[in-house]
Amino acid sequence: MTEQTPREDLPEPVVRKHRFSLSLIWLVPVLAALVGLSLVVHAWLQAGPQITITFQTAEGLESGKTPVKYKNVVIGKVTGLDLTDDRERVRVTVALNKSAESFATRGTRYWVVRPRIGLGGVSGVDTLLSGAFIGTDVGDSKEEQYDFKGLEMPPAVLHGAPGKSFVLHTDDLGSLDIGSPVYYRRIQVGRVVSYSLDKDGKGVSLRIFVDGPNDRFVTRDTRFWNASGVDVSLSANGLKLNTQSLATVIAGGVAFSDPRGPHDNTPAAEDADFALFDDEATALSPPDGPPRYIRMRFNQSLRGLAVDAPVEFLGVNIGRVVSINLDYEARDKRFPLTVGAVIYPRRLGQAYEKLAAKAGMKDGRVDLGRMFGPLVARGLRAQARTGNLLTGQLYIALDFVPKAPKAHFDEAATPVDLPTAPGSFDKLQEQLADIVNKVQKIPFDSIGRNLDQTLAELDRTLKQVNSGVLPELKGTLKDAQRTLGSADNALSADSPLQQNLGGTLEELRRMARSLRALTDYLGVHPEALIRGRPDDPPPAPPERTRPRAPQGSKP
Amino acid sequence: MSRAPRAQELGIIGCHVCGLVCRTPAGDGAGCPRCGAALHRRKRNSIARTWALLLAAFILYIPANVLPIMRTVSLGDVDDNTIISGVVELWIKGSPSLAAIVFAASIVVPMTKFLVLGTLLLSTQRGSRWALRQRASLYRAVEFIGYWSMLDVFVVALLTALVRFGFLSQVEPLPGVVFFGLTVVLTMFASMSFDPRLMWDISDDD
Repeated sequence: MTEQTPREDLPEPVVRKHRFSLSLIWLVPVLAALVGLSLVVHAWLQAGPQITITFQTAEGLESGKTPVKYKNVVIGKVTGLDLTDDRERVRVTVALNKSAESFATRGTRYWVVRPRIGLGGVSGVDTLLSGAFIGTDVGDSKEEQYDFKGLEMPPAVLHGAPGKSFVLHTDDLGSLDIGSPVYYRRIQVGRVVSYSLDKDGKGVSLRIFVDGPNDRFVTRDTRFWNASGVDVSLSANGLKLNTQSLATVIAGGVAFSDPRGPHDNTPAAEDADFALFDDEATALSPPDGPPRYIRMRFNQSLRGLAVDAPVEFLGVNIGRVVSINLDYEARDKRFPLTVGAVIYPRRLGQAYEKLAAKAGMKDGRVDLGRMFGPLVARGLRAQARTGNLLTGQLYIALDFVPKAPKAHFDEAATPVDLPTAPGSFDKLQEQLADIVNKVQKIPFDSIGRNLDQTLAELDRTLKQVNSGVLPELKGTLKDAQRTLGSADNALSADSPLQQNLGGTLEELRRMARSLRALTDYLGVHPEALIRGRPDDPPPAPPERTRPRAPQGSKP
Repeated sequence: MSRAPRAQELGIIGCHVCGLVCRTPAGDGAGCPRCGAALHRRKRNSIARTWALLLAAFILYIPANVLPIMRTVSLGDVDDNTIISGVVELWIKGSPSLAAIVFAASIVVPMTKFLVLGTLLLSTQRGSRWALRQRASLYRAVEFIGYWSMLDVFVVALLTALVRFGFLSQVEPLPGVVFFGLTVVLTMFASMSFDPRLMWDISDDD
C-alpha cells in the first residue's frame, strides 16, 4: 500500500500564498534577550558605590532590608552584616544607589535611627513598626571615602542647618548632655551639640548650636546660664519658683539672655566663646572680672562659716570663702583660723574704678594691697557675722568698724592679709554675758526667804480661818436652814395649821347658814320667839306608785 | 518490514483544526476547504520555533528568579520576596508542604520543561531513535503539567486582590511575576509548537 495514488474523491485544498518569513519566530528569544540585557544594564547603572559602616550594635538592622535614608529618601540598602575582625564592632555593608554617589565622601555621617525614649522626648516612633533605618548627613567634602564609623547617637545638628554654634565654658557639666535644649525667653532655639573636658582638666567646654534665625539673638554681651534644676527663692515677695521648663528640671538645659541695660547688640561670631554661669542671677549681674585672693585670720570660733559663704563689702556681695584652715600659734597658745576668699573687686563698680586708679597696677593687675591700705587705716576690718539666726550660718563682712584698734597691714604682702575684728556675734555674746551678770546680781536668795516667810504667815492665817471661823459659819448656816425649814413646814399645804384653819372656816360657814335659817324663820314666824317652834307635820304618805317590776323579769 | 502507509505516500493531508482529510496540495500555503485553517503535513518549522520559544522562555526565567515577585507589607514592615526566598521563608515559618508545592510549581516544573523539551528537540534533530515511546510520553507529560506552573502567578494575583488592609497588611506584585508569567506562557507555546510526529518520521525512514 505504499505507492497509492491520492483518492480522487478527496477535496482539493485551497492554495494560498505565504505571508511571513519563518525566521520571524527568532524575534521572540531576541526580544527576551534584549529585555534581560536591559535589566542587567539597568541594574548595572543603578548600582552605586558600596560602603561599609561600623556600629557598636546591629540591633534593628537587617541584611537586604534596612534602608539608608537621607531626608527620608531611600538612597541605599544594607546588603550585609558581619563583625569586624576584632569583634568589637559590627560592619554593615551598604549598597548605595547610583544617585547617591556623593554620599561616599568624607564627612558623611551615618547613624541608626531607632525609636529612642529619652528625657528630652521620644524620637523615631515611626521606626517602631517599620524597623530601624540608617540616617545620613552629608558633608561638604568631595574626597571619596568608602569606610565609615557610624555614630551611636543621631547628630544634634545636620550639615548645612541654618544657625551658629558657640562654645561655652563652665566648671562642670552639671546635668547637661548632648541634645540638652538651649532656651531663649523659654523658647527652645538650640541644643547642646558636644562637650569636652578642657585640656588642663579644669573646666568643661560645651558646644551649643542655636538654630537660625534665632542665632541673631546671641550678641557679644549675651549671658548664658545653666537652666537645670529648680530655683526656689523665699523673699519678701513670697515664695518664688523659677524653672525654664519641666524638661530642664529633669534633663537640664542652657538659657541665655542679654543683660539688662545698655549693651553691645552686635550678633556674636560663629564659635564665639562665652562663660556658662550657674544661675540666671549670676549671669545677669555685671561681669565679675578676674577673681583675687585675700586672706583673713580670725581668733575666734567660726562655727557656721562654710566654704562658699559670701564675702560682702558694705553689704555688696563681692566674693566667697574658698578655704578655712586651722592654725596654731605657739607663742600665744591660740588656734587662729585662716580664711581664704576670692573676691571680685570689679563688683564694687565705680568705687573700684576710682580706688584702682588711685592704687595703681602691680604684676599687670590692680595692686590690691595698696587699694586696701587706706581703707584699713580708716577702720576696714573683716568680721564673721551671722547671716542667718536660725541656722547660725556666718558670712564674712568687710566693714568699717568704728574705734577699731589699730591693726598691722602689710600692703606689699601677697596674698593680701586683711585684719579682722571680732564679729557681731561675739559682741552679742558679750552682751548676753552682761545680761547674765546682771541677772546674777539679783538677790534671789533673800527674795526667796522673804517670800517664804510671807507664805508661812498666810498659811497660818488661813489655818485660823479654817479652824475658827468656818465651823461657826457652818452652825449659823445650819440654824438658818432649820428656821427656814420650820417656816416652810408651817406654810405647807398639808400642815396642821393649814388644816385647822380650813376646819375653822367651815364651822364659821355652817354657823352663818344656821343664823340665816334662823333669821329667815323668825322673819316668817316672829311668834316663835315666844311659843317656840311648832312640831313638824307628820310626813305625807308616799304616793301609790309602786315601782313596777321590770318587764321580762316575770315568769 | 511492513508498516502503516503514510499520509504523504497516500497523497492526503489532515487539517489540524477540523480534522478534515484532503488531498495533498500542489504547493505551499494550502488552506482547509472546510474551516479555512492552513494545511501542513507537519507543524511548520516546528523545531526552530520550539527552539526559539524555549530559548526566550529560558532567558526570561532568569529575571523571573532574580527579581522579587511579591511585596508583602505588614505593619509597615516591607518584605520583598523572590521565588526562592519565598520558598525558604515558607519552609522556615513552618509550612514545608506549601513550600514543597511552590517549589515544585515554580522551580521544578519550568526546569523540567526546559530539560525535557531541550532533550526532545535535540534527539529529534539528530534523528535519534532512542527511547521513542518514553520520549512520546515525556512530551505528553510536559504538555499536561504546563498549565500548573502558573500557580505562582495566581497566588500573587489572588493575594494582591485579597490582602488590602492598608497599613496593616498589603501585598503588591513586583516585576518578577511578569517575567515568570512570560516564561510559563512561552514554555507552553514551545511545547505546543513542537510536533511529536517528527520523532516518528525518523524512525520510519529506514
